[in-house]
Amino acid sequence: MQERLKARARELLGDGVVTRVLGWKKGEFSYDITPAVFESAEELERDFVFDGFCGANLSKYLIQEASKPGKGKILVFLKPCDSYSYGELLKEHRIAKENVYAVGIPCEGMADADRIRARGIDGILGIEHEGEDFLVHTLYGDERVSVKEALAERCLSCKSKRHASCDELIGEEGEDVPDDVRFTEVARLEAMTPEERFEFWRGELSRCVRCNACRNVCPACSCENCVFDNPASGISQKAAADPFEENMYHIIRAFHVAGRCTDCGECSRVCPEHIPLHLLNRKFIKDIDELYGAYRAGESEDGKNPLVSYTEGDVEPSVVNERGRA
Amino acid sequence: MQVNEEFVPTIVAFCCNWCSYAGADLSGTNRLPYPANVKIIRVPCSCRVNPTFILRAFQRGADGVIICGCHPGDCHYTTGNYYTRRRMTLLFSMLDYLGIERARTRVEWVSAAEGQKFAETMRSFVKDVTALGPNRRLEDLRCRKD
Repeated sequence: MQERLKARARELLGDGVVTRVLGWKKGEFSYDITPAVFESAEELERDFVFDGFCGANLSKYLIQEASKPGKGKILVFLKPCDSYSYGELLKEHRIAKENVYAVGIPCEGMADADRIRARGIDGILGIEHEGEDFLVHTLYGDERVSVKEALAERCLSCKSKRHASCDELIGEEGEDVPDDVRFTEVARLEAMTPEERFEFWRGELSRCVRCNACRNVCPACSCENCVFDNPASGISQKAAADPFEENMYHIIRAFHVAGRCTDCGECSRVCPEHIPLHLLNRKFIKDIDELYGAYRAGESEDGKNPLVSYTEGDVEPSVVNERGRA
Repeated sequence: MQVNEEFVPTIVAFCCNWCSYAGADLSGTNRLPYPANVKIIRVPCSCRVNPTFILRAFQRGADGVIICGCHPGDCHYTTGNYYTRRRMTLLFSMLDYLGIERARTRVEWVSAAEGQKFAETMRSFVKDVTALGPNRRLEDLRCRKD
């Protein structure tokens, strides 16, 4: 697949359709893949990577890259879940669409390097899909890990293999994946008593170091001036001085993307403390689906987001007290 | 000197200028008693209430937060309270998900003619929050007064 993407990118660069390519390259370690902009075929040849560690969602980078004056069109590779974030950003008019050439690429799920390393596999050089397994190339030879045991958390409950919006497709279009396991964890938490839930979230959120990575990576968090950077917000400082600040930060972060979150799972992927932040976002998605009808952010450019629309017969907020009491 | 050991909650009530605030006025002019520990904050519309306001109120020592607005369909700005309704439903659900007691937050629709309802709502809300005791899960220790 990597060679196919490279070849297509070279072609489009050569034809002058695009002037730059937004893709992935190796970071400090080979499992530490980072987004990158390539301006020439040589750079592409040397650095471009597409393998099982390319989890990074490129859509947010388009906000800046596509608005650079006089720079021409940029090619971007979008996995199915990234294409939803892209769709949502287009809907919010955050991306200059005329400057983007979006190429949809298939995705069989991305690997979590931590899960592979936890199995004692070290010196990772690369990773490939091979049938039901991941083939991990290491300094000490190749290792096989079954896909289920190495997949990133968010890919275990993949929501779609079908692209929401793109200009061109490489490979075959997949299908929606039924939501059967996506909300299992949220439902498990909902079934707990409030005391247990409180303990659970205290345990998770108290690890937060306020690195702001979840905010910075989130394609829905695209405000130029963020409330958390405002000293008057009281929560702009780095380390939280009180547990309240952790709660405040995470509630507000999740609330600000409610109804716009496409559940791409980037927040949890980048969290250095492995806080399951997607569970907060998924709670909002689940509530919106249950209370206001199924809604999938980023799916289309039309229609209104659930939090900026209403119906006269919406449920009253007291529904929260009634739910789960029966 | 006698010290009152009984817990008296601090309640913050966000009241819409066009209905509930006038409703509170009416309950006053009608001599309808409601607990004095309800602190009313006047807002131009219940829709003005940002979720941050509610969290902030808890941080600064509120034990319960209630939002009062016009009845759905009667908003002075036509649609404000419809948005409040969705927003607060989701926020309260999230607070519940994080293990914060459900009865600490409430939304009530009180019109300018409902002085009676305002006083009753406040009495029942204060009763519920008193039963819960002080807010410990969503407080900021730095803001604690005792």
